[in-house]
Amino acid sequence: MALNRRDFFRILGIGVISSVGVAGLGRISSRAEIEVVEHKASPQALIGKRWGMVIDMKKCLEAGEECINNCKAIKACHITHNVPSIPDKKKEIKWIWMDNFIHTFPELEDIRLKEHLKKFPFLLLCNHCDNPPCVRVCPTKATYKRKDGIVMMDFHRCIGCRFCMAGCPYGARSFNWIDPRPYLTSINPEFPSRKAGVVEKCLFCYQRLDEGKLPACVEACPSKALIFGDLGDPNSEIMQILKERFALRRKAELGTQPSVYYLI
Amino acid sequence: MLELALRGSKKYWLWLGFLSIFIVIGFAFYIKQLTVGLGITGLSRDVSWGFYIANFTFLVGVAASAVTIVLPYYWHNHKIYGRMTLLGEFLAVSALIMCLLLVIIDLGYPSRVFNVLLYPNPSSILVYDVIVLNGYLLLNLICGWTVLHSYYKGTSSPSWLKPIIFLAIIWAPLIHIVTAFIYQGLPGRHYWLTAIMAPKFLVSAFSSGPAFLIILASILKKVANFDIGERAFQSLAKTVTYFFIAFWAFYLFEVFTAFYSGIPGHKAPILYLFVGFHGHAEWAPFLWTAVILAIVGLVLLLIPKTRKNETTLVLASLAVFFSVYIEKSIGLLVGGFTPNPFEGVTTYTPTFPEVMITLGVWATGFLVLTILYKIVLEVEKRRILIHS
Repeated sequence: MALNRRDFFRILGIGVISSVGVAGLGRISSRAEIEVVEHKASPQALIGKRWGMVIDMKKCLEAGEECINNCKAIKACHITHNVPSIPDKKKEIKWIWMDNFIHTFPELEDIRLKEHLKKFPFLLLCNHCDNPPCVRVCPTKATYKRKDGIVMMDFHRCIGCRFCMAGCPYGARSFNWIDPRPYLTSINPEFPSRKAGVVEKCLFCYQRLDEGKLPACVEACPSKALIFGDLGDPNSEIMQILKERFALRRKAELGTQPSVYYLI
Repeated sequence: MLELALRGSKKYWLWLGFLSIFIVIGFAFYIKQLTVGLGITGLSRDVSWGFYIANFTFLVGVAASAVTIVLPYYWHNHKIYGRMTLLGEFLAVSALIMCLLLVIIDLGYPSRVFNVLLYPNPSSILVYDVIVLNGYLLLNLICGWTVLHSYYKGTSSPSWLKPIIFLAIIWAPLIHIVTAFIYQGLPGRHYWLTAIMAPKFLVSAFSSGPAFLIILASILKKVANFDIGERAFQSLAKTVTYFFIAFWAFYLFEVFTAFYSGIPGHKAPILYLFVGFHGHAEWAPFLWTAVILAIVGLVLLLIPKTRKNETTLVLASLAVFFSVYIEKSIGLLVGGFTPNPFEGVTTYTPTFPEVMITLGVWATGFLVLTILYKIVLEVEKRRILIHS
């Protein structure tokens, strides 16, 4: 059957109008079904104005080499968050790790530095800066800062451009150069694992705070060297410590305002 | 007009076939990268951008350099660039296509690239770079294609084109300034944290771009009998000379600031690139090559006799092109990531797949360039036939 031009356009027109109509009706009806509910924290959740951490490296040093070399805080964090153990140093992923004084505070390098200071181990993690460069540079808001100061990371929005890694002056971010799943020693079904191509880092255990628990590393440290608390509350434990003792922050001169303090 | 690219000599098709081989190989390696991840590159936790972004940065400069032809021609009525403007604009188009390909190739999760449009972060320089690069591609395509089409039809360019050409002229420096801002606003990256980054980017672009055009024009003269004219060559040579001097002068200003102030963080990347830092000097041979090429290029450009001789001028242009290429691509990237945030050195060498993927992108750029130039040459031929 030959279709003339006029009929062709008539049929096409009816088709287009009816499909648009059906789609429109569907939209109107479905609109009524969607109810936007604001997310509310559960009643047992820990709420803070400005989360922060104090790490007492003296306690860590006193705990001895055995404890430092098999740091329970690192293990707890990496197991909780499905952080893979990739042997290749260049491709490794770490949320919290140990390094020495010179690497942690390179601007304080001094050849006459007291020997004992060189022995100090330092636990490094995301500083959850007040003024985070990674959040500023992320093109898609995949990394963003919460009201309580936690610098978050949306693994499902990240496009893997790695601008945040160039932006972070603390080397706190890791990228999944390869599929991380084969390198998981154990799997925690409570927390998402990642695919190749996205950036990740410490998230201050936001999911544990929601359940009223302290971060995994804080809970796991046997010598209580990690103290987590609210920097916005003058009566909190960490604010009391910071009032009494001299504390260092990494690269404070850059103006990023880290929320992780070190006691030595 | 596109059909004009479908008829050509045996050499033309051989050249396109040659480029296609590299495109196919590059694409095959990219498929591997898509399945395995960016782990097939030499990149690491500490050096998280490398060869792809290095080539991207250099090519943004090549794209921006079209303005060194278009501005004198349209703004100052510099008539001798008459046969050059289209070459400049289409070089920008090909360079931009390479840039966009390289950015997408560098993404860990390329299927999510449109998240940049869905959830743009207004404080991210990358978002603005996406806007200016795509905008500049569009502007050059419109300007180049419309002018070419009116040549083809034997009419004068439509009047609505003028404002678009002027917009393109203003837009050109923007693409390179915004690209420099990606680097120069990051705290803790000593080598990049300098206000002279954007001006240095511009002068390096305005020397390497016209140098590349001299090379291309000289090839066209040989293989296609298309001569831009002695005076156009000389005018380009002067542009290259002045901007190239400015480029190395700016570099030396950086060296002065770093070493006279004596600030360790500022000295470290320069030491790593040229003499070694913490026992590492992987890229020093390349950087010194850039310096030697710069000296050779400058000598050939500054002596009037060698500047006016086309063979030595092409040699000088090659020296300038590769000198800038080394400093501005790999030198810039490795220097920016070394030392790492712990003041240590993590070495980076591009892997074979990484190099092949990049070569594939260059081949794609040359393919687009060849096709566009072919159309320009065919239209010119027809114009000459009609006039004679």
